[in-house]
Amino acid sequence: MFDQLSERLQATLSEVRSRGKLNEGDVDAAMRDMRLALLEADVNFKVVKSFTATLKERCLGSGVLGSLDPGQQVVKIVDEELTALMGGTGRELAFAQSGPTVILMAGLQGSGKTTACAKLATQLGEAGKSVALAACDVYRPAAVDQLVTVGGEAGAHVYEQGTDRDPVEIADWALDQAREENRDVLIIDTAGRLHVDEDLMAELARIRKRTKPHNVLLVVDAMTGQDAVGVAESFSETAEFDGVVMTKLDGDARGGAALSVKAVTGKPIMFASTGEKLKDFDQFHPDRMASRILGMGDVLSLIEKAEREVDENQALDLQKKLEQDQFTLEDFLQQMQQVRKMGPLSGLIGMLPGMGAMKQLRDADVDEGELDRTEAIILSMTPEERVNPKMIKGSRRRRIANGSGTKIQHVNQLVKQFDQMRKLMRQMMSGQAIDPQQLAQMGQSGGRPPTPKIRRR
Amino acid sequence: MIFADVGAPTTAAIVERLEQEVDAGTVAADGGAVRDRLIEILAEVASAGKAPIDLSGKPAVLLMVGINGTGKTTTIGKIAWHLSQEFGLSVVLAAGDTFRAAAGEQLEEWAERSGADMIRSKPGGDPGAVAFDAIEAARARGTDVVIVDTAGRLHTQSSLMDELAKVRRVIARQIPDAPHETLISIDATTGQNGLRQAKVFSEAVDVNGVVLTKLDGTAKGGIALAISSELGIPVKLIGTGESLEDLRPFDAEDFARALLAE
Repeated sequence: MFDQLSERLQATLSEVRSRGKLNEGDVDAAMRDMRLALLEADVNFKVVKSFTATLKERCLGSGVLGSLDPGQQVVKIVDEELTALMGGTGRELAFAQSGPTVILMAGLQGSGKTTACAKLATQLGEAGKSVALAACDVYRPAAVDQLVTVGGEAGAHVYEQGTDRDPVEIADWALDQAREENRDVLIIDTAGRLHVDEDLMAELARIRKRTKPHNVLLVVDAMTGQDAVGVAESFSETAEFDGVVMTKLDGDARGGAALSVKAVTGKPIMFASTGEKLKDFDQFHPDRMASRILGMGDVLSLIEKAEREVDENQALDLQKKLEQDQFTLEDFLQQMQQVRKMGPLSGLIGMLPGMGAMKQLRDADVDEGELDRTEAIILSMTPEERVNPKMIKGSRRRRIANGSGTKIQHVNQLVKQFDQMRKLMRQMMSGQAIDPQQLAQMGQSGGRPPTPKIRRR
Repeated sequence: MIFADVGAPTTAAIVERLEQEVDAGTVAADGGAVRDRLIEILAEVASAGKAPIDLSGKPAVLLMVGINGTGKTTTIGKIAWHLSQEFGLSVVLAAGDTFRAAAGEQLEEWAERSGADMIRSKPGGDPGAVAFDAIEAARARGTDVVIVDTAGRLHTQSSLMDELAKVRRVIARQIPDAPHETLISIDATTGQNGLRQAKVFSEAVDVNGVVLTKLDGTAKGGIALAISSELGIPVKLIGTGESLEDLRPFDAEDFARALLAE
């Protein structure tokens, strides 16, 4: 997410930070770099201009240059302005006092509305809400079928009336149903439409008027170019959307145009869709994302993810095992699987302070294939072997390698690494206590001996 | 040009070329002449070696690739309609998107509208097998054209790109010079990322043409110029709406004019 933009900005800022003194020329040069980086990231031309102008003004004003650590001050200003550009502290969904909360989804064709509907439904469903979807895309072939399928996967009820009725009527009917059946949330999926298509835009306005949604979300493809601004302006007029869902953020798009949407319409990015699976959907925190882009990490999101996925009892159990030096390959496997549930490791590493900038480390460490292999090897072991890897010799080694589709060297390597890991752990246990949080992070080195210390700033 | 998403490097190269010509005196230094010459240059860059769609194979095989939501299935529906209605060719569609919910149903609808046959498998099936079956069926029935749909995938997902390369290999194993056309659909609203998409897909499946979709909005699709200029992959077709007729061959000069229009 925002990798390239992040790299460029960090390079520019580390240059600034490395100076003990800054003059106006240095600030000018930094702003020029920043402008290019943003333009390359598809941030709208006008937005870039005003953004860098504001930055420059703040950097040159109020005694920044004369301060003891001007570089640090500049970084702080950039962080604040970037946060503001993306929507300040963000916005949460508004919920109805009584009756179903209505969420209307709109956007261009192919921006990912239907998928976003299902993902949002999944998230709200996990939060304990009873969610229903309304299928109001009667134009695209099989759009209704798609919503029925993904809605079912998301555990949401889907209200549909085929494709022969007027979408406005379907939306209205679905809302009645949702009321009657006491649903907490109704998400209305609409057809993709071009912002210049007057008939369809008028239809959207009618759906809005009829259902009085508590939230209108505009779905924007992160890959959109300069046109995003025009699109957002039109949708802002007709649909008066409250926030943006940014999709396809798992690609290498620089997401810049979507960033401009806030600047032009004043509406923040509320959600980010980051993968093919239904749970690849996160609330968007502009402040945290700004820190991440600037390489300052996003520990808060990481902790939230961990809290969501890591079973506390299991973690305590594990802690006990570690203290008593009874950590086995079985535990290692469990631990690894748990960490992987939190999503691809590249995503997690990006949340750690300073990691984003260390490109080599990022590329070297995130080898999901190797993790798959490690899992396969352990799964091919008998329970005894998992508890006591020392017994793995000749024929056992061959059997495990065959069973997991790997080579004997790989099995050896894993056993050896595990042995080293246990030694390290013993050292740590005798030195300092370890908490489950740190353990979760350990699994990230994926079969390699973990770094014994967690660096803190 | 920046506003049209052409991107800085391509814009700079074209502007430099124009400046040189003006300096050398080959182009008169007045607004009208410079503008005309600019349109000529843009059109030249955009066409990147004129190449019509190759339908000489028997059957001719078209492979359609691209990221999610760029309009692959819709484009296939339109191509099938044009081939069967205007050229009187028989068409088989291969529903290679076995991943997204209801993608098969969507293609089926297009197949019905355009009068094409369709081969599909159950959801989650192997897209290579679907392509294989479609080509076998086309051979058995003497069908003229096979169009293979694929699931949208982000070019950053290497395992999915490998899967796509495999589909292509399966096709090539059946008919040595197939697929005769590998087209990538690019959404006209796409920004600078479009270039990456074209590059990575090209590395995986050797793309030889672009279908620029959704040109009926306000986006000008300038990224196609960057793709053509930096990768030498020409735009072959453009999509301009949601009905069957809304597909046209690419006209470089019209495109160049539209890029510069306000």
